[in-house]
Amino acid sequence: MKRFSGDISLVLGGAAGQGVQTVEALLVAVLKREGYNVFACKEYMSRIRGGSNSTSIRITDKKQSAFVKRIDFLFAMDRDVIPHLQERITENTILFGEREKVCKVSGECHIVNVPFAQFVRELGNPIYTSTVTVGVALGLLGADEEIFETYLREHFARKGEAVVQKNIEAARKGYAFGKHLAYHEGIEVHLVKDKAVADEILLDGTEALGLGALAAGCNYISSYPMSPGTGLLTFLAQQGKNFDVVVDQAEDEIAAINQGLGAWYAGARAIVTTSGGGFDLMTEGISLSGMIETPIVVHIGQRPGPATGLPTRTEQGDLNLVLHSGHGEFPRAIFAPGTPAEAFFVTQQAFYIADKYQMPVFILTDQHFLDSVTNLPKNILQNVKFKNHIVKTMADYKRYTLTKDGISPRGVPDYGEGLVGVDSDEHDEEAHITENAGTRVAMHEKRLRKIFGACDEALKPSEIGDVKKSKTLIICWGSNFGVVQEALRILAGDDVAGLHFAQVYPLPKNAKKLFAKKKIIVLENNSSGQFANLLKLEYGVKITKNILKYDGAPFSVEEVVQKLKQILLDEAL
Amino acid sequence: MLDKKIYDMPKSTDLAWCPGCGNFPILNIVKVALAELDIPPQNVVICSGIGQAAKAPHYLRVNYFNGLHGRALPPAIAIKVANPRLTVIAESGDGDTYGEGGNHFLHTIRRNPDIVNIVHNNMIYGLTKGQASPTSEKGLKNPIQTEGVIVEPFNPLAVALALGATFVARVFSGDVTQAKEIVKAAIRHKGYALVDILQPCVVFNKQNTYQWFKEKTYYVDENYDQTDKSQALDIAFDLERLALGIIYQSEGRPTYETLTRAGDAPLYKMKPDRKALQNLIEKYK
Repeated sequence: MKRFSGDISLVLGGAAGQGVQTVEALLVAVLKREGYNVFACKEYMSRIRGGSNSTSIRITDKKQSAFVKRIDFLFAMDRDVIPHLQERITENTILFGEREKVCKVSGECHIVNVPFAQFVRELGNPIYTSTVTVGVALGLLGADEEIFETYLREHFARKGEAVVQKNIEAARKGYAFGKHLAYHEGIEVHLVKDKAVADEILLDGTEALGLGALAAGCNYISSYPMSPGTGLLTFLAQQGKNFDVVVDQAEDEIAAINQGLGAWYAGARAIVTTSGGGFDLMTEGISLSGMIETPIVVHIGQRPGPATGLPTRTEQGDLNLVLHSGHGEFPRAIFAPGTPAEAFFVTQQAFYIADKYQMPVFILTDQHFLDSVTNLPKNILQNVKFKNHIVKTMADYKRYTLTKDGISPRGVPDYGEGLVGVDSDEHDEEAHITENAGTRVAMHEKRLRKIFGACDEALKPSEIGDVKKSKTLIICWGSNFGVVQEALRILAGDDVAGLHFAQVYPLPKNAKKLFAKKKIIVLENNSSGQFANLLKLEYGVKITKNILKYDGAPFSVEEVVQKLKQILLDEAL
Repeated sequence: MLDKKIYDMPKSTDLAWCPGCGNFPILNIVKVALAELDIPPQNVVICSGIGQAAKAPHYLRVNYFNGLHGRALPPAIAIKVANPRLTVIAESGDGDTYGEGGNHFLHTIRRNPDIVNIVHNNMIYGLTKGQASPTSEKGLKNPIQTEGVIVEPFNPLAVALALGATFVARVFSGDVTQAKEIVKAAIRHKGYALVDILQPCVVFNKQNTYQWFKEKTYYVDENYDQTDKSQALDIAFDLERLALGIIYQSEGRPTYETLTRAGDAPLYKMKPDRKALQNLIEKYK
């Protein structure tokens, strides 16, 4: 008897084009609808067909949103999966696949034969492999077959009854086989269903950003495709139709950012999306935004660099790039959401701050975050009150009026009697070129002053555990929120707590006191501790240890627990 | 017809152009064209990049976006799409438009937004002191190619035609009367309109002078068929005799703002549709 309870790690692996992502989407959707908490993340190669990709799905009694290294059930669609995932496979992993395909590479692990090829022959088309696979998994987990069939009916309805029937046939075949396997292999799965979960929504990072952009009144996107930032462009192209979002596929990232600025200048609310390499090209536009005080919101889905790097993998290596991008000195703000709900919120906040303070604002995510999907109650999606900061101009309007807080009322052409000029040269209040030193200093200081307001509105970090009582603080930002939360839950000591920053610049002044008299460990997906260095600079805090990872993979819960234990042990000595 | 004085800057405005520069008549051409078309300053946006020509929007009273070198066109597209009621002109030099901004030039033409692209083409880099521009003639001696330019000149008219530009014209800054009519036609044209303006640089270009342009140029005659693309291409490729006038025009191709928008309401008036958003969020169940 092999008993699995409360937290299952099910991994699907196969070559690109073998439907791994289809299986994931189906399986996760059905499981959520049945009332199971799910979290799924994926890793894939930079190719269209072949290679070896995998998706890791966690099915848990408690909500979890982190990657675990452990694999309980591995569905291998081809033999390459096994060497590809070798480091994660143990003698406790049960491998489901076609015995003759996988036995040579399976090593110690237990193989359960699933005759995929036979099913496909019986169903008459390899297209049904995905549905069969989902069926096998659901049968194995002891999920409700009826909910699965209802889902398939809805999902395939627009493809016609014949397709629906065929999928249901495939589902039943798979499900029956999965049930049989569970019985035959003595696999017992215990998972708690929660009715409330069935009613929740499923979002990945990209969708959460996209919905946040729509909530923020985003009505313009110009971008050039680059993984993993492309998803937001695709989302707004597909879902933005009902919201009148203008979608422009730019000739290059330079055009994208300059279009974004043109759109904001004319009163639109624009976002551009890219990854580090594309962002390199945009940086002249960031500097332009700083000078002309035209807002812009930039989403950067990070992947490992330098240069082309690992195009489909994950990293947090571009914080410094974003922090220092663009020549000259000007204010900016940077957000780094850690959950879909945070992404929904900070995207709106990014538009609000960009609009109000007339500065470039960044949303820094990464491949792991964008591609991870989880269930959440829809009422935790928090709206930021919509406000458009543009003003109607009078005949004597001056675009760059000197003000105390640095914010000059922003007019747009065709709205009011005034004329609206913006100028990339140093300029006077009327936006005309100047080389007058006094004006330069006044304008420069006016622009820089805006950071104080933005700093006052900076988001506080989320506290994980009892920060006040703790002696050691583990700090994270962006996509590592989930893994740190779970690791701290496992360690379950009063001595250690965590802080997660969903805004990494400017840092809220009042959060500095949270660091007082504590040992500080900063965990991030890069090799130089970029956020740790920023904390040193901004808060003047001493960093006790860095936990860093830069192999292109996200942190696993096991890894973080082990590293933290080691550090706590070392520090105690 | 509006009085062109409504576009005039205060007399005290310090113009950074050299005495005798071809930019002065071009500034006048734009003012007269706008005035004669009755377009109030509030409805005009001029986008420019960097260079002496790109300073033009500072010298007339309109809305303007004086952005970065080579980047006059991307904001111009976005402004037109964001508010199709605006008359949008992208105005810069030959280096800015055809060199630094070459990629935007290509792809803006493909999009066909209803904007006018005025290019001050003096075949030299003025502001950086006399280097070759993309349109400099082969053999032109300059501080960098000391033995003369060794690469082929960029042919804006031929490139624009090849990419399907719906309005392609060349004018000479020395002939304000003809030039303003062509600029007016470009503004009236529904779609992307290129107006390449030949202009001398009296300081740095000693080869392509007023006299040189006068001798080299001629106007296409009344019988010229502006819809004949192959004839237009022949003219564009003729570098010996430079034709002036509307070399090519075709009507009816949809503009980018109509292709990307359902309506033409300015985007600054839009608010997020939170109800539609709630419905969309429901779909993620």
